[in-house]
Amino acid sequence: MAELEAVIGLEIHVQLSTRTKMFCGCELSFGDEPNVHTCPVCLAHPGVLPVPNEEAIRYALKIAAALGCEVAPRSIFHRKNYFYPDNPKAYQISQYDVPLAGAGRLGNIRIHRAHLEEDAAKMIHLGGSGRIHGSGASLVDFNRGGTPLVEIVTEPDLRGAAEAAAWARLLRTTVRQLGVSDVNMEEGSLRVDANVSVRPAGSEQLGTKTELKNMNSFRFLERGIEAELARQRELIAAGGTVVQETLHYHPEDGTLHPLRSKEEAHDYRYFPEPDLVPLAPTEEMLREARESLPELPEARMRRYREEMGVAEDAAAVLVADPEAAQYFEQVAEAAEGVEPRIVANWVTGELAAALRQDGGEGVADSRVEPRALAALVAMVQAKKISHGSGKQVLATLVAEGGDPEAIVEREGLAQISDSGELESVVAAAIDANPEAADQIRAGNGKAIGAIVGAVMKETKGRADGGEVNRLIKEKLGV
Amino acid sequence: MAELLELSVAAAAERISAGEISADEYGAVWREAAAGDDLNAYLWRGEDDPAASDGPLAGIPVAVKDLFCTEGVETTAGSRILEGHRPLYTATSVRRLREAGASVLGKTNMDEFAMGSSNENSAYGPVRNPWDRERVPGGSSGGSAAAVGGGLAPCAIGTDTGGSIRQPASLCGIVGLKPTYGAISRYGMIAFASSLDQCGPLTRDVTDAALLLAALQGRDPCDSTSVGIEGGVEAPSREDLSGLRFAVPAELAHDAIEPGVRQVFEQTLARIEELGGAVAETGLPHAEHGISAYYVIAPAEASANLARYDGVRYGMRAGEAGDLIEMYERTRADGFGDEVKRRIMLGTYALSSGYYEAYYGRAQKVRTKIADDYGAAFAEFDFVVTPTSPSVAFRLGEKTDDPLAMYMNDFFTVPMSLAGIPAISIPAGLAEPEGGGPELPVGFQIAAPAFAEQRLLEAAYALERTIGFDSSPPRSGALYVAQGNKKRTGREGDAGG
Repeated sequence: MAELEAVIGLEIHVQLSTRTKMFCGCELSFGDEPNVHTCPVCLAHPGVLPVPNEEAIRYALKIAAALGCEVAPRSIFHRKNYFYPDNPKAYQISQYDVPLAGAGRLGNIRIHRAHLEEDAAKMIHLGGSGRIHGSGASLVDFNRGGTPLVEIVTEPDLRGAAEAAAWARLLRTTVRQLGVSDVNMEEGSLRVDANVSVRPAGSEQLGTKTELKNMNSFRFLERGIEAELARQRELIAAGGTVVQETLHYHPEDGTLHPLRSKEEAHDYRYFPEPDLVPLAPTEEMLREARESLPELPEARMRRYREEMGVAEDAAAVLVADPEAAQYFEQVAEAAEGVEPRIVANWVTGELAAALRQDGGEGVADSRVEPRALAALVAMVQAKKISHGSGKQVLATLVAEGGDPEAIVEREGLAQISDSGELESVVAAAIDANPEAADQIRAGNGKAIGAIVGAVMKETKGRADGGEVNRLIKEKLGV
Repeated sequence: MAELLELSVAAAAERISAGEISADEYGAVWREAAAGDDLNAYLWRGEDDPAASDGPLAGIPVAVKDLFCTEGVETTAGSRILEGHRPLYTATSVRRLREAGASVLGKTNMDEFAMGSSNENSAYGPVRNPWDRERVPGGSSGGSAAAVGGGLAPCAIGTDTGGSIRQPASLCGIVGLKPTYGAISRYGMIAFASSLDQCGPLTRDVTDAALLLAALQGRDPCDSTSVGIEGGVEAPSREDLSGLRFAVPAELAHDAIEPGVRQVFEQTLARIEELGGAVAETGLPHAEHGISAYYVIAPAEASANLARYDGVRYGMRAGEAGDLIEMYERTRADGFGDEVKRRIMLGTYALSSGYYEAYYGRAQKVRTKIADDYGAAFAEFDFVVTPTSPSVAFRLGEKTDDPLAMYMNDFFTVPMSLAGIPAISIPAGLAEPEGGGPELPVGFQIAAPAFAEQRLLEAAYALERTIGFDSSPPRSGALYVAQGNKKRTGREGDAGG
């Protein structure tokens, strides 16, 4: 049998971080006491009408611009009808056949559409399975109800679980950089569902897909898709056929379970929302969305790699974290005469490690001023201090901030530049390690480490490693 | 005192502003009149905030259809499912009336969720026609129309989705105006069919209608579909119709109209000509499909608008339900009346997958055709005129078992609603009902292009002057005491103003 190729499309819900809800003036919140951010409109009291949130429209237009989507001159809101306690109107205001944004692209993946809608209220099912069936009682928190959402749908262009997760990360970074959402999967401000199918490699036809929900981290997204691909491949290998259904991911054990068909059997009876007029963005709104776009991850990656010569892994780490990227650029600008490549390695390597050790705060919140890190890296590069001393100074900077030159002075870390002094230390180290010296003479280059270590110990790391190496070899005549 | 009841709203407001009569005195007279409600016109009467003594509606008590939300005062939409519902906010229209100096005299009875043409679909009993208590006042704003026609309120507001202001105004011998869609905010007006619903005044004369419209109209940030009337609205003053062209739909010749109604209609056409207006026929070929399109579009929207009444957050909840779905089903089964259920089912069906194009999609196309017909007519004419209703007021119970016959009451009013254009019904005379009996009011409908309310009011005013209709029903009828009405109890005075 031909190899079965994975075909994956994603449906992403992004909660917008506007001040107020999509169709009323209630403030958005996360983690507040239940049902305090409510009003007659978002509770669907008789007689109320929705009024679209201009800020949400501007945010959605930014997302559309970042994804290179075509914006519809007049998009239409529809009512999507269903009875459920999380939906007080018994219809969700969404967009249907004329969405705000059409075809676009992010990376290699084509965007099918992006539209605006409102979020449902949050339900908590007590007891039982954590779902409404079998639970003793269900509670509704309307704080979330009416939060603006942008739903982004990709074409089925993804070919593997890892690729899907990587692309979802790129999307998250892109949206985060726009400043229009917290894009936090654990908190639900970014929700990614996957449509998964397989087909014989090389085939143009799509296989029957299943829809995967409830994967609330990138790791779960990848695992869920992997599990479903494996299930579909086994099923087909055993002569079975895939049935179109919605599957719920269980993070506890990584398994997928079908939702009850009753929950799924919806006829949403979409029709145009008569309470709203078509959404026709002005030229000014479109221009503002385009012009406000920051440098997006793809372009930033290109610039870091091609113009600044940053190594690929360091560039990837920086691009994924806009705050770290901004910090990196501030350090690179302040560190005159130091290659950006070196600065990037310090930010993503030594600094990140020191911060992890210190308790894990991000670079932007750390006590290490960009100027301070720039000065430190410059000192190491100019061999004023050793790399080891540099790390020691960095640990001090992380713990208490301050000026690296003062720390070097205070702690006497200035590199030993007097070669007479260094020579005597090296000589003493060789004498103290005769076995290593013999091995070096015999051609075992690795044995030099023991003598270098002894020198470093004696000088408390203040010696220049390169110079120490040179002197040892010189003295041993190799 | 009684002479105060005879004053038009415009005259009363002027005298109150001038300090000739006090707002308190005028309000007290009307409260006393309203207290004598023997028509089941009111669902609630109460002390409103004291009326202002200045403003264009200084001191004027207004009867408000129970479809408008009034903060703290029970608002039922004529339905059991909203029994006891006290809104947390006040509708924009009511707020605007108060800002103009008016006060709320009471909340008026209506067909449940504004679905009906006779007021027999109210969960709180039918309203009686002030001209003949054995007959219906029309609907769905039947309480408002009966209150004004029966001398229980100086003026009222109602809502019109397919004729719900114009038809009851016609049957009760008063003026009823449905403005252009978007002229008045719908915020706080409990939705029946959102793309058609429009608030409007029910008054004793055209000048009062203009006065109320002037206060009500305007863009409202709470209603995205509201735009207001550019230039506002002024009291009409035109005394002739010279140079104005009136179109009569050619199709009217074949329509089923009571002979008495047709006769009054033709007399009114003759009056238009006497005043210098030109009358000619024009084709409105799609208007006859208006009822079909309307009874797809309005129920479709209603099926979504009424889905929120589930017993969870407000209003009635059926007890003893085993689970969520059963609670929904029992609440809605007990809370809604037959006509509302019929329309929810019709609308749900029309929107269902596989039927959408055949019903809703097609009805929308018909709606566009009807609007195009009017557009073509208004290229040549200033107005289109028809009888408001094919008959005078019919007997209570006469059409309750025949929904289609009931729906035909809206035959002449629905097309303007679909086209979104303004139309007014003014009393044009009296006619004997089919089957004999005392003469009853006949309404004459005038429709104008969108936002041409001022022009419409001017023509209606000129015509009203020459018709000289006496809007007071014969007083003898007042002796009739309604019996068997399912009156609500425990409502009067429980809202605390």
